[in-house]
Amino acid sequence: MPLEVLLVEDSPGDVRLTKEAFHAANDSVRLHVATDGVDAMAFLNQEGAYANAPRPDLTLLDLNMPRMDGRQVLARIKSDENLKTIPTVILTTSTADEDIVTSYRLHANCYFSKPVQLEDFENLVKTINDFWLTVAKLPHESLTAAVVPRDGKSLGE
Amino acid sequence: MPLEVLVVEDSSGDIRLTREAFRDVNPFIHLEVAHDGVEAMAFLRRQGVHLNAPRPDLILLDLNLPKMDGRQVLALIKEDDTLKTIPTVILTSSEAEADVLKSYQLQANCYLSKPMHFEAFHALVKCINDFWLTKVKLPQQRDNVDEPEPGAHAGYERSPKKSRGTKSGGTKSGATKSGATKFDATRRNNESDRRQRSAH
Repeated sequence: MPLEVLLVEDSPGDVRLTKEAFHAANDSVRLHVATDGVDAMAFLNQEGAYANAPRPDLTLLDLNMPRMDGRQVLARIKSDENLKTIPTVILTTSTADEDIVTSYRLHANCYFSKPVQLEDFENLVKTINDFWLTVAKLPHESLTAAVVPRDGKSLGE
Repeated sequence: MPLEVLVVEDSSGDIRLTREAFRDVNPFIHLEVAHDGVEAMAFLRRQGVHLNAPRPDLILLDLNLPKMDGRQVLALIKEDDTLKTIPTVILTSSEAEADVLKSYQLQANCYLSKPMHFEAFHALVKCINDFWLTKVKLPQQRDNVDEPEPGAHAGYERSPKKSRGTKSGGTKSGATKSGATKFDATRRNNESDRRQRSAH
């Protein structure tokens, strides 16, 4: 069964690196990309072009993005009864203490700052994969599905 | 600087295994134990004998506990403005889907189930250390006092020594002086606690 990961990231370079790193770390991961906060919320709420979007098992969220930033997306996810159980990992270039505290206050599941070096970035993606998609127990979708029905189909690639 | 980990666990066997595993993987961890939910909340709120308790960098919380169970503790932590930022990891023998889902609904930072075998448990503790206490960015908010208003986080900077001469600080001056002073005073208490502990 594929693991659905939603990456919310506006930098095409970082999207590409994350894709490649997941590909190397775990070939059962299906990475979906939203390039800003509005796009991310449409994906999560299965709106518009995302009507058949799968529910992510994990969301990786950048903080600084156009239109709707990551803090707003995080606040919406974690105050939504249906979405709040999706583990949401902040992955950002910011190392500001204020961003870290704000993210935890908004119930981010954890916070990472993006390393500058490519190799470190690849290792971080592997770390995230190994912990969240292997070690941690994730909430089972079928139980959440009782709250809001979903057809379980994924975006036809 | 030691990392403070609060283990909320009623099984003395599991406490011992956790202690030994942490000692093996990271000597800089200072482990504190609460044996039930009531004790955990007293520790976190620095009540009674826990007056000088450090603020944990990480909480490992069992679900099934006497007096007040882990779900209630989790709910109280995650509703409390000063405590909610402490990463709280559920570590329990329960593998019930309902417990997993309920924990994430209550804003647990993650859910781990305790393996049966000692080696696997040891590996899991190593994994918690490597992930939560090494790779993850933890909030540098080592205090239980009332939160300053948003924008006052400049007061959370690491060096508490120069809180008076804020003029040239270059920080957003949303920080109220009294807030910063109160914070620094408590932080100094924390620091001296730690020094006392490490002297043993």
